[in-house]
Amino acid sequence: MAWPTYLQSLAGGALIGAAAALFLLLNGRIAGISGILGRLLGPRSAETATNIWFVIGLLVGPLLFLGLTGRLPDSHVTAAPAVLIAGGLLVGFGTRLGSGCTSGHGVCGLARLSRRSFAAVGVFMTTAVAVVYLTHHLLPGVSP
Amino acid sequence: MRPLAGLVAGSLFGLGLALSGMLDPVRVLGFLDVAGPWDPSLAFVLGGAVAVSTIGWRYARRRGRPALAERFDLPTAVRIDARLLMGAALFGIGWGLVGLCPGPAIAGLVLGHPQTLLFTAAMIAGMALFRLVPAARARPSA
Repeated sequence: MAWPTYLQSLAGGALIGAAAALFLLLNGRIAGISGILGRLLGPRSAETATNIWFVIGLLVGPLLFLGLTGRLPDSHVTAAPAVLIAGGLLVGFGTRLGSGCTSGHGVCGLARLSRRSFAAVGVFMTTAVAVVYLTHHLLPGVSP
Repeated sequence: MRPLAGLVAGSLFGLGLALSGMLDPVRVLGFLDVAGPWDPSLAFVLGGAVAVSTIGWRYARRRGRPALAERFDLPTAVRIDARLLMGAALFGIGWGLVGLCPGPAIAGLVLGHPQTLLFTAAMIAGMALFRLVPAARARPSA
């Protein structure tokens, strides 16, 4: 697309925010991906069907992008298999322990001015920046 | 009706992730790499998302209840405790190692890269593992 990159990012972000607003105004819930996934691993509840359809929607999204633009979005996952497994385990366990991820604490929590979410976003941004500094500048070769 | 609303919201969310470039870990790591050739994209994504989400939140607070449910079901915890900070730190380490967080990990599956599948399978295993830790389950989470 001919749009400048930052405008695409801003528009994409606005769509993500609109999705969160819609989910809140219609279903009364926080559009937190880790919470929705984590609940699907637990006992069935009144919201199980909604959670399943939300996840299906997440998969439909990139296909809508394909339909609108004629191409699939870029994605270069370059980490080694062991790093992918370690990273996945940490993201899965950490987001459940910390009650949220980039969507629940970031997109929704910051909008709600939740002190817990500001703390969580501050911590995961800082640790992620530290890890990238370590892997890209101090110990290159561990990660892309 | 709520499952349909879930599908619409999920699709919009996934489309937003695709348009924003956040399905590409290189873009995410480019933002997190403050000492390298910095890519500000993620700041625009989060800024746009929080701005629109804030409008939704303000509007929701003025309405008594959601359109399709009896009441709002929102997180009630207020204390910043060790569990929150430890969880966020572990998440940040994993995010920094690979550049994928839960939304892009799921949405990115349709792109068919085996690396994404491996990461996402491990992520779900990590979530399942969390359910096995009795102390971790003591409090319902958001």
